[in-house]
Amino acid sequence: MNAAIYIILGFLLLALYLGIQSKKGKKMDLEEWAVGGRSFGTVFVFLLMAGEAYTTFTFLGASSWAYDKGGPSLYILAYLSLYYVIMYWLYPAVWKYGKEHKLVSQSDFFSKKFNSPYLGVLASVIAVVSMIPYIVLQLKGLGLIVSVASYGAISSTLAIWIGAIVVTIYVMISGIHGSAWTAVIKDIMIFGIVLFIGIYIPIHYYGGIGDMFRTVQEAKPGFLVLPDKGLSLSWFISTVIVTVLGSFTWPHIFAASYAAKSAKTIRKNAIINPLYTLMILFIFFVGTAAILQVPNLDNPDLTLLTMSKNTFDPWFVGLIGSAGLLTALVPGSMLLINSSTSLSRNVYKVLFPKTTDKQISNLSKILIPIIALVCVYFTLNGGQGIVVLLLLAYDFIAQLLPPVVFSFMKKGIVTKYGAAAGMIVGVLLVAIINLTGTTMGSLFPFLPQVMKDLSIGMIALILNIAVMLLVSLLTKNLAASSNVKGETQST
Amino acid sequence: MVKLIYFLSFIPFIGMLGFLPLANKVEPLVLGMPFIMFWMALWVILTSVVIGVIYKLDPRNKEVNSK
Repeated sequence: MNAAIYIILGFLLLALYLGIQSKKGKKMDLEEWAVGGRSFGTVFVFLLMAGEAYTTFTFLGASSWAYDKGGPSLYILAYLSLYYVIMYWLYPAVWKYGKEHKLVSQSDFFSKKFNSPYLGVLASVIAVVSMIPYIVLQLKGLGLIVSVASYGAISSTLAIWIGAIVVTIYVMISGIHGSAWTAVIKDIMIFGIVLFIGIYIPIHYYGGIGDMFRTVQEAKPGFLVLPDKGLSLSWFISTVIVTVLGSFTWPHIFAASYAAKSAKTIRKNAIINPLYTLMILFIFFVGTAAILQVPNLDNPDLTLLTMSKNTFDPWFVGLIGSAGLLTALVPGSMLLINSSTSLSRNVYKVLFPKTTDKQISNLSKILIPIIALVCVYFTLNGGQGIVVLLLLAYDFIAQLLPPVVFSFMKKGIVTKYGAAAGMIVGVLLVAIINLTGTTMGSLFPFLPQVMKDLSIGMIALILNIAVMLLVSLLTKNLAASSNVKGETQST
Repeated sequence: MVKLIYFLSFIPFIGMLGFLPLANKVEPLVLGMPFIMFWMALWVILTSVVIGVIYKLDPRNKEVNSK
């Protein structure tokens, strides 16, 4: 036994306690449970939105990319900060619509805005298929972090079970309030720890940040910039744009905007949040330091943890592990809430329209442990399949964007058929291309390199918009002619 | 005014991504960071500044009970 385990378990209990106590004095109807009764001020909204910026992907992934891929890792910094420009414009509109129509899930938005419950079902299916691998990734990360940081004393499997149980308990009891309160300790810890190790490690091994980059540049020339091929400039730009757009429609963040007290709260957040992404620089520093210190790591995801273990005492590694654990729990909890509300309100309720609001509210909570179990199952037994799904998830979720954006334009240009057709085509294209391992380069070998490195999500998005507009145009005439005949269209 | 703030929204994209071909280099190191990393970090800060300016200019934020 060592100090690290006690610290990690301590933080896990703290998270559980904070999550449960956040319910105090609140009547937990569905609106309170899923979107905090639309009462969150700037600080809580900040913590929820920052939940997207600091997932285990950032914690493990940013250091792993800096270590393994070098310069291209900067795309993480670019997309996370540009994302807030979009947030400034779109989330206040989403919030306003959500408040007017008492929406709690992202799929609600689709069914209400297009006046079509079946579009809500389609959006739910795309959302849940994308969110489950995302939860699985958080659990996998959690298992990795806890088992390494506890020096193997807590196995990865055990950690995954414990993490899933803790998050299930506090989400069932407190809903999004639990996410917000655990985010408080998460962000305080991340801030302190990342800043400290990001400065300490380069100085400790290289004498300074500048000296570190100079040494790496000499050892691996060209590694710190974008290469000419593959992860090149055009890959960088197209990936950043698709990820910025795609992140906007991640259902848990989308629905988190409903939780805001006012549109102003969201806009204020858009100002502060980019600055917070600068923290990722310090994670990059740790990843860069590792390039020459621990070359040939089998699993680059272990970069940050391996460097930490080589540098610090167990108790401090325990703190780092705890911070990593919390980066899994916060987004994991929000993903669980949105998966369950989508399934209960936007799928179950459509199939069984007689269900009462109270039953839907209960069903949402009952679904939490079920979804959590499914995710634990995939985490422990999923193998490669789930990794493939995750690669698809970002491109999938981006396909939800065009209908949302176009729906805010005047005079409904897009019909529900157009929205559905566009999303289906986009998602299918992403799936087929990814599953067959096709790239733009192998599909069109004659294209210049700039086009070959374009992200598939971008192509799918363009096709999605084209199909959406075309089908909308066709079905608009259809709707008009059926109106002439005096038929009323049922939704 | 609304036109101006729409235009301002593109500045972070142009700054961060549009100048990348010129910024894609290691030397000179700025604040110890490779130039491309510094360029990104600079634009993260400027993104915040630009959104702050948009916020100030945006008439919707002046209403007391802004929607």
